[in-house]
Amino acid sequence: MNKTIGKPINRVDGRLKVTGEAKYSGEIPLENIAYGVIITSTIARGRIKHINTSVAEKSPGVIGIITHLDAPKLYARPNFGHEGAAGEKLAPLQNSTIYYSGQAIGVAIADTLERATYAASLVKVDYVVETPLTEMGKERDRAYPIEKFVEFTVEFALGDADAEFAKAEVKIEATYTTPTEHHNPMEPHATAAVWEGENLTVYDSTQYIFGMREGLAKMLGIPHANVRVLCKFIGGSFGCKYGLWAHTPLAAIAARQFRRPVKIVLTREQMFGLVGHRSETEQQIKLGATPEGRLTALIHQGISQTSIFDEFVETFTTTSRTMYAVPNLRTAQSVVPLNKGTPTIMRAPGESVGTFALESAMDELAWALKLDPIELRLRNYAEVHPARQVPWSSKSLKECYALAAEKFGWSRRTPEPGSMRDDRYLIGMGMASACFPMEHFPASAIARIFADGSVVVQSGSQEIGTGTATVMAQLTADMLGVPVEKVRFEFGDTELARSPGTVGSGTAASVGTAVHGAAKAVRAKVVALAQKDPNSPLYGVPEPDIETSQERIFVKNNSAKGETYQAVLARHNLEYIDANFDAKPEEEEEFAKCSFGAHFVEVRVDPELGEVRLTRVVGAFAAGRILNEKTARSQISGATIMGIGMALHEETITDPHTGRIVNDNLAEYHLPVNADIPPIDIYFIDEVDTHVNPIGVKGAGEVGITGIIAAIANAIYHATGKRIRDLPITPDKLL
Amino acid sequence: MKPFSYVRATNQNTAIQGVADRQSAKFIAGGTNLIDLMKVEVAQPDRLVDITQLPLSEIEINSDGLRIGALARNSDLAYNPEVRSHYPLLSQAILAGASPQLRNMATVGGNLMQRTRCYYFMDIAAPCNKRDPGAGCAAIEGYNRIHAIFGASDKCIATHPSDMCVGLAALDAKVRVAGSNGDRIIPIADFHRLPGDIPERDTVLEQDELIVAIDLPNSPFAKNYHYLKVRDRASYAFALVSVAAALEIENGTIKAARIALGGVAHKPWRAFVAEDILVGAKPTEETFAAAATATIREAKPYRHNQFKVEMAKRAIVRALINATEKS
Repeated sequence: MNKTIGKPINRVDGRLKVTGEAKYSGEIPLENIAYGVIITSTIARGRIKHINTSVAEKSPGVIGIITHLDAPKLYARPNFGHEGAAGEKLAPLQNSTIYYSGQAIGVAIADTLERATYAASLVKVDYVVETPLTEMGKERDRAYPIEKFVEFTVEFALGDADAEFAKAEVKIEATYTTPTEHHNPMEPHATAAVWEGENLTVYDSTQYIFGMREGLAKMLGIPHANVRVLCKFIGGSFGCKYGLWAHTPLAAIAARQFRRPVKIVLTREQMFGLVGHRSETEQQIKLGATPEGRLTALIHQGISQTSIFDEFVETFTTTSRTMYAVPNLRTAQSVVPLNKGTPTIMRAPGESVGTFALESAMDELAWALKLDPIELRLRNYAEVHPARQVPWSSKSLKECYALAAEKFGWSRRTPEPGSMRDDRYLIGMGMASACFPMEHFPASAIARIFADGSVVVQSGSQEIGTGTATVMAQLTADMLGVPVEKVRFEFGDTELARSPGTVGSGTAASVGTAVHGAAKAVRAKVVALAQKDPNSPLYGVPEPDIETSQERIFVKNNSAKGETYQAVLARHNLEYIDANFDAKPEEEEEFAKCSFGAHFVEVRVDPELGEVRLTRVVGAFAAGRILNEKTARSQISGATIMGIGMALHEETITDPHTGRIVNDNLAEYHLPVNADIPPIDIYFIDEVDTHVNPIGVKGAGEVGITGIIAAIANAIYHATGKRIRDLPITPDKLL
Repeated sequence: MKPFSYVRATNQNTAIQGVADRQSAKFIAGGTNLIDLMKVEVAQPDRLVDITQLPLSEIEINSDGLRIGALARNSDLAYNPEVRSHYPLLSQAILAGASPQLRNMATVGGNLMQRTRCYYFMDIAAPCNKRDPGAGCAAIEGYNRIHAIFGASDKCIATHPSDMCVGLAALDAKVRVAGSNGDRIIPIADFHRLPGDIPERDTVLEQDELIVAIDLPNSPFAKNYHYLKVRDRASYAFALVSVAAALEIENGTIKAARIALGGVAHKPWRAFVAEDILVGAKPTEETFAAAATATIREAKPYRHNQFKVEMAKRAIVRALINATEKS
């Protein structure tokens, strides 16, 4: 039987999703459900003087209103990255202090969504208003430096970058700025809380069921074991559903207080403010180089925003410590606390906006040196990790440049800015490197073969739309030699084996390794039964001589000598046979592990009106073994589209006086629409990496959003001669 | 959303009576704007009178021009064969707006009554004279990138968001209105207001008046026309600046010209000064530039929308070039 790994097979849950049969967290039918609507602050700094719920409480269908005046005790969570999934440290409704506009200040519960919504609007709040801190640039004096954020190094020095930059023959020094952005998955955050005695079950749209369970238990002050979190489908997340935000504990306390299940689904407006965002950044890059284009110094530093009560760092300097062979390297970041919510991870947190700065600066250096941008990158190709000085587990970036350049037709590009025209339009071609570190988290799985030959493999985990359920079935099917249709991956339940959050492009590698290990272990158990069984055709056959295919185990090169799984189980009167596997990443890392790629972009710019249209994007990527060519391609092209949005459209705007987000809807917060997206051609480089993990996977969820923004900005420069260092690149900036 | 009562009107008179006696009653047709405003509590009608059953959706050509029923859907109007052949500028303007789904629902009368997209109008926590007369205007000192550069007041700097209305303004449409005190015909140029001291009033329509049709006169602009829309993304975005340009060119000379701008004022902004320059001149880029320059002379931008002045100038020139090249 043919192996399925690598093949572009369809998603196992595709039919359920397109037919609407898939039940998302907000759609789980629950008896006697009540609806919660969160009341949010309209000021960004100050405190609640009076909150009047009397009218709201008398409104038809209202079950109750909870505010800080009567909310039960909730325990604050640790900072992001510690002990479960903290979105923000703040426990909701514990006092009258307001730190940001849109902060949860109450929840209205009613028998229908409409009545709860109306009741929430009837709650009257008087505030003591203080002047909020809203502008990062203006508050830069409040910035404080960061050495390390979670496990990520931020402050770093190799050699003497400042001295070498000062004496460099060729220098680039520029500042790049990126705005606040919101994740805006199609499915808003949704949660439904159900108590049975002391036990709480939560149906939550989360990227991290175990983190949610632990965070929620601690916030409520109850044992972990009393909390079960389920999440079967997610309609997109991109990072905002990793953390624990106010709506989940609010549903839990409301359900406990009113003794019935309570569901809270955020409104689109609440998706801007209650559940994190990507911080704005201001990044300075200094590149020193020889006239031949060898980098002698790289300095990357700057500021991002955090909230008043939390520390979150958009780690935009990561790629600068990874990408190029430079002997003198320094990175530094500070954060500025503002009266805005806590930022959070958003697809390639740090790397996406960081590569905009780094790869734009490299393009600027290429122009200064009159070197082809690919050639400049090849002259500074990092054969070992530049900051850590360890070898790569695998790196096929040169191959990515070559393949993508060829497929794109880079050789047709004339180097001078403004030199390529089509009637009144300017054509530009730009490129940039892509890079994302490989993440590997501990994960466990159980694989089970049933007497009827069907196979179930389980791991807590989550399917955020990346194809996790499909590739886990493929890994199991190939290991056991059964068709994918015979395998079901069960996930999304804290009753199942422990698994990590779906973050850092690490699920295929982490959960995949556990699933692969569990499948291998259960296969070994079946083989062992057969080997010891005189009635088996495989009696006494050593394990290395055994192969699996067609739902059978048999002797290599002699498939007639063997038997089915069903036969083995039947003979031993087993309903099923199973095995579990705990996969742990290496503690000491001998290798640097990254996925790499190259983006090539063609733009068409209307020089008089400033409108930019992408005409095509070509990318080549090397991400270790590709488990499913179709879902991996979807990840890269989806990330590319998200990067197009960051380059040209997306920007959350905050009123500087009030700290309120003014464009908190999808009409005014511009995500790219179909008409903005050109054909995107994605190619994968075959890469065998024996160092990363037993399945050779490096991860493909985020590498596609790195580099793309710079590639677009570089193409716009090539078209127009205008270097835009401030995102998004809207028409007004090109007039 | 505030609870409201709902009635479905069976004839024009009962429809008008249904809203005439209370300020907080509103007509509803496609609902593509009103429902959104109700969800964010900007609109809080206590009674909705559904007019979709009234026989007002015909689009008919007659000897004087075209009559468009107020309940004609935007899509039906844009793809109407008579409109496409005699008023292609209008078709182009409609198709530049919204999305197919919205155009399928939205009616022509409703499009005329669209309310501004001003961020502060849409946020009930912000002061807004249009929503709450006398409260103040948060946009003047706030983030005003999408706001007006023409005809604003110290009370309101909001813009009218419609594309269709910009086309109608260029084509000298007339709005037919029925009311408790009889019918009247309002030229499109007078239908929408500038904010002045009463920005809460977008139009001259009275509470007891219902738009029943739009009349378009016979048009010489089916040959040289262009609707240009500059926006932040390729589709489903409101105009930063839009231009409806229409020329009648005879023997190499401009005999008649119409220029209307969108995204720049509280109403579709007719550039009469540009039209005066164009008429009698040769359709050259120099003429167009002179017309555009004259138009923006009276522009008054704010902190974040200064780019609109230059953008409007260039957009007028480009729209006129495209209109000329069409023949």
